[in-house]
Amino acid sequence: MSASLLILIPLLPLAGFLINGIGFPNIPKGAVGIIGTLAVVASFVLSVMTFNAFVASGSQPFIVPLFDWISVGDLNIPFSFQVDQLSLLMLMIITGVGSLIHIYSIGYMHHDSGFGKFFAYLNLFLFFMLLLVLGSNYVIMFIGWEGVGLCSYLLIGFWNKNTNYNNAARKAFIMNRVGDLGFLLGIFTIIATFGSVEYSEVFSKAAAGFQVGDPVIITITLFLFVGAMGKSAQIPLYTWLPDAMAGPTPVSALIHAATMVTAGIYMVIRSNVLYSLAPSTLEIVGIIGGATALFAASIALLQNDIKKVLAYSTVSQLGYMFMGLGAMAYSASMFHVITHAFFKALLFLGAGSVIHAMSDEQDIRSMGGLRKKLPVTFITFAIGTWAISGLPFFAGFFSKDEILAHVFEHNKLLWVIGLLGSIMTSFYMFRLLFLTFFGTFRGTHEQEHHLHESPASMTIPLIILAILSAVGGFIGVPEALHGSHQLAQFMSPLYDLAKTANPAAFEHTSLSHSEEYMLMAISVAAALISAIAAYVMYVQKGAVPAPDSEEKSGLQRAVYNKYYVDELYDAVFVKPIKTLSNVLYSFGEIFIDLIIDAFVKIVSLGAKLLRKTQTGSTGEYVFAMVIGIVVILFWKLLL
Amino acid sequence: MLTLLLILLPIAAGVITLLAGERMAKQLALVGGLASLGVAVFTWLQFDPAAGSQFGFKYAWVASGGISFAAGIDGISMLLVLLTTFLTPLIILSAFKNEYKNPAAFYSLILFMEAALIGVFTATDAFLFYLFFEAALIPVYFLAAIWGGENRIKVTFKFFIYTIFGSLFMFVALVYLYYQTPGTHTSEIAAFYQLQLSPAAQGYVFWAFFIAFAIKMPLFPFHTWQPDTYTESPTAATMLLSGIMLKMGVYGLIRLLLPIVPLGMEQWGFLAMILSVIGIIYGSIIAIQQSDMKTLIAYSSFAHVGLMAAGVFSSSLNGLQGALIQMLAHGINVIGLFFIVDIIYSRTKTRYLDQLGGITQSTPHLSVYFMVLLLGSVALPLTNGFVGEFLLLSSVFQYKGWLGAVAGLTIILGSVYMLRLFQKSMFGPKSKWVEGFQDLTASERAVLLPLVIMVFWIGIYPSTFLKITEPAVSQLLQLVNN
Repeated sequence: MSASLLILIPLLPLAGFLINGIGFPNIPKGAVGIIGTLAVVASFVLSVMTFNAFVASGSQPFIVPLFDWISVGDLNIPFSFQVDQLSLLMLMIITGVGSLIHIYSIGYMHHDSGFGKFFAYLNLFLFFMLLLVLGSNYVIMFIGWEGVGLCSYLLIGFWNKNTNYNNAARKAFIMNRVGDLGFLLGIFTIIATFGSVEYSEVFSKAAAGFQVGDPVIITITLFLFVGAMGKSAQIPLYTWLPDAMAGPTPVSALIHAATMVTAGIYMVIRSNVLYSLAPSTLEIVGIIGGATALFAASIALLQNDIKKVLAYSTVSQLGYMFMGLGAMAYSASMFHVITHAFFKALLFLGAGSVIHAMSDEQDIRSMGGLRKKLPVTFITFAIGTWAISGLPFFAGFFSKDEILAHVFEHNKLLWVIGLLGSIMTSFYMFRLLFLTFFGTFRGTHEQEHHLHESPASMTIPLIILAILSAVGGFIGVPEALHGSHQLAQFMSPLYDLAKTANPAAFEHTSLSHSEEYMLMAISVAAALISAIAAYVMYVQKGAVPAPDSEEKSGLQRAVYNKYYVDELYDAVFVKPIKTLSNVLYSFGEIFIDLIIDAFVKIVSLGAKLLRKTQTGSTGEYVFAMVIGIVVILFWKLLL
Repeated sequence: MLTLLLILLPIAAGVITLLAGERMAKQLALVGGLASLGVAVFTWLQFDPAAGSQFGFKYAWVASGGISFAAGIDGISMLLVLLTTFLTPLIILSAFKNEYKNPAAFYSLILFMEAALIGVFTATDAFLFYLFFEAALIPVYFLAAIWGGENRIKVTFKFFIYTIFGSLFMFVALVYLYYQTPGTHTSEIAAFYQLQLSPAAQGYVFWAFFIAFAIKMPLFPFHTWQPDTYTESPTAATMLLSGIMLKMGVYGLIRLLLPIVPLGMEQWGFLAMILSVIGIIYGSIIAIQQSDMKTLIAYSSFAHVGLMAAGVFSSSLNGLQGALIQMLAHGINVIGLFFIVDIIYSRTKTRYLDQLGGITQSTPHLSVYFMVLLLGSVALPLTNGFVGEFLLLSSVFQYKGWLGAVAGLTIILGSVYMLRLFQKSMFGPKSKWVEGFQDLTASERAVLLPLVIMVFWIGIYPSTFLKITEPAVSQLLQLVNN
């Protein structure tokens, strides 16, 4: 695999962005879709070729230097790419799912006047996302990190006539920037500690020169994790993600489910040497992940907007991945990144198909019975639901159970939280499925009249993703189920250095097969019971969530209103800063003027006194004299 | 000799513009500005970063007193000369769309200003530096006082008094330093570097310099002249002030304060650093609620300058290199943003965010240029603002971790006020003020395109510019650390 082909992987989407962006709106829609999609598909083909070449040549990681980017004194930040197991997996997810979502968008966005702009932004997003995973150092990762944040901002606020959408976009950017500051401080600490930001150098120095639990490493990993919290929407920086659903649905699928939001997990796995040296950071990662998984799942239980349910579900699933990371189950978390990319992209695109058919209706209380009119959407959505609920033997079953098994070994309480979360997951997903596709139609006549299955450009990606959601888990079948876990084997060289740095952490007291079977049985049974409960409630009894006008009990109201966290942030951060801004502008500035006036008076007084003092030093005498003259002149001038 | 040419050429162009009268004033001024840019680029092509001060001249001024007209170009000067000569023709061109009364005077003042700025950035004699430092005030004062807004007289008076007050402190310090030089005395800046002053004396000189430069930039709490002046001045003057003139202050810190009074830095540097960091946060927070776009950008500029100063006070290579590249980036971004405000104002007759909204619906070009400059300003990676901000924040962080974290809040606050600015003006439903808003004209694009190219050039390949200054900065830091 030559370096120039590798460079094309991010450059092709960039070229697509430039062509469609500069050409907008003069390029015809047909051409826009083809250019935008081809750029990504070609990238995908190149990624697969790179992957094959990598495996064929003995899985040796390599670095492709491009040019010196920022170089000051001893600090050199090269612009270079690193190809290894982790970047290759990410490349294939990003370009693979990305290709499908581009194809889908051709149909979904067809009537939009900003079609060309939309494809340009999507391409730009992929460029930055690819930089994020290809970079060979933290600062290149940071370029991608902030770049995807920008694209997320542009796409959430894509329909920019709507002020609410714009506010959601701005919130996403700002909240991500809070995380980015953490990331940046992490990078600064890395520079101060290792004198470099290159992964290879940082990790080898860390492994060789630092003890487990070293405070510097803990500081670095905590700072980096703050960045991960922002991008991957973990408590307390998660509230932007549900609002981000303001963006067109393909954006929610690509950016806010399958790729960008998993960047935080990528970052931790990339830094596994550092995290393996910082067990206390890992504890925090696991706790935050567990808390987020449960908290977000509970909110999803009562949401009535089809995309909001999926959004909270994404936050919750990302929490599972961090739980896994906390238990040092790096490969298991990556496994879940992959399977989640399949089924969550599928679910969002399915939701998009529903919204498309329902003339932009998103409230599931107005849906019902759609399975007859939208059979492909229904079947694929059902597969996605089955997969995310962790029911055998679809993709989510393998990856989630693997995470839970590791968490069980590590911390029983977190495992219980994870189990509770997966009970909720199964319930809210089947609730969503049943309310949308079962029962009778509850929307308007006009909507009913308009109901239709989506065009092929939208259903084909759904079908492909459904297949992947069904069988994707087989890349990681555990030994207990007579598999060989190809994914874990493929990824294991990534941890070689971490194993030398902290060997004890990798010596798992491996669960026996019978224990593993038991854990699987418990979580499958729990998920099944939830699914059945949802069936009884929403299909047999035909319950429909109450309209907003109806009074709710205290707890229900709190959950329905997302525990008032937005209101809390508003009261604690937003309003005080605005008030402070007004106060400083109205009073602070005048106050400073007064101080400066007083300062001038003191100086002039001091100068008069100084003139009377004989210090003997000519120099100081001259100094005092001139200052005195000057100040008196100045004072006269003012009066 | 190239240095002399660089100073004299804008003066000559200014005089010609003034004499040629109304009709050709704009065009002549633009040609003059471009010619200076040409000479500057020619100088750059021959410039050897490692070779110290080059292309210099020296003529006796007060021969017996060791005072001379002496100037030359080292790496730091080179960068600022490029900044000045690049931005001046764009400032001239940006004024084309407005009809100013007495254009010959207007444009020639811009050129005189350019000459004075180049003089400041190249002078190697302290008194010559002072002369230019003061001379630069005059054209911009007249620009603001004659062509400014309603409150111009009151506001420009405050501005004038502040800066004169500051400069006098510097003058006192320079006279003092001059008398400290051995023998028959000399006012060469390089000779000041060799002085061995007592710590107490260094403390005095430190504050004298600090006040002078802090007012110029401005730094907290000497900034209250700035937002009003920026808001009331005609846009060309605002651009000169924010894009180039405030760099005189940062330049002064680097050229005079750091190397002449290293012990003063040791005693008081921390306090100066704290003031700079307060300014970053203070300016950013005030910017959040501004409604007048010009005032908002003025406060944002004030916040950005605070970070540059903090980098300088860290007296590290990162900090100085960051400050220098940020001067370049900030000049480009702030001029672009003020120009965009001017474009919006000239079409809608308002600068108030509450009255704007929805401009983007009819202006794809304006939206893109505005967005790129905004991204530069909020330091998105691969734009010009990132390189400087990254180096600056890393230098402050190395100086004191917690200060770096506090200063780092700028990346959050900056995105708060900048995205609000963009959203309230460009997005949302179309306000009645923006009915019939026309997209950019060719001459407006001619101003914005070079700026945007530079945003990406500096962001993607900063080495071009970092290399110019690194040897000079390292040399300077050796003086500081010895």
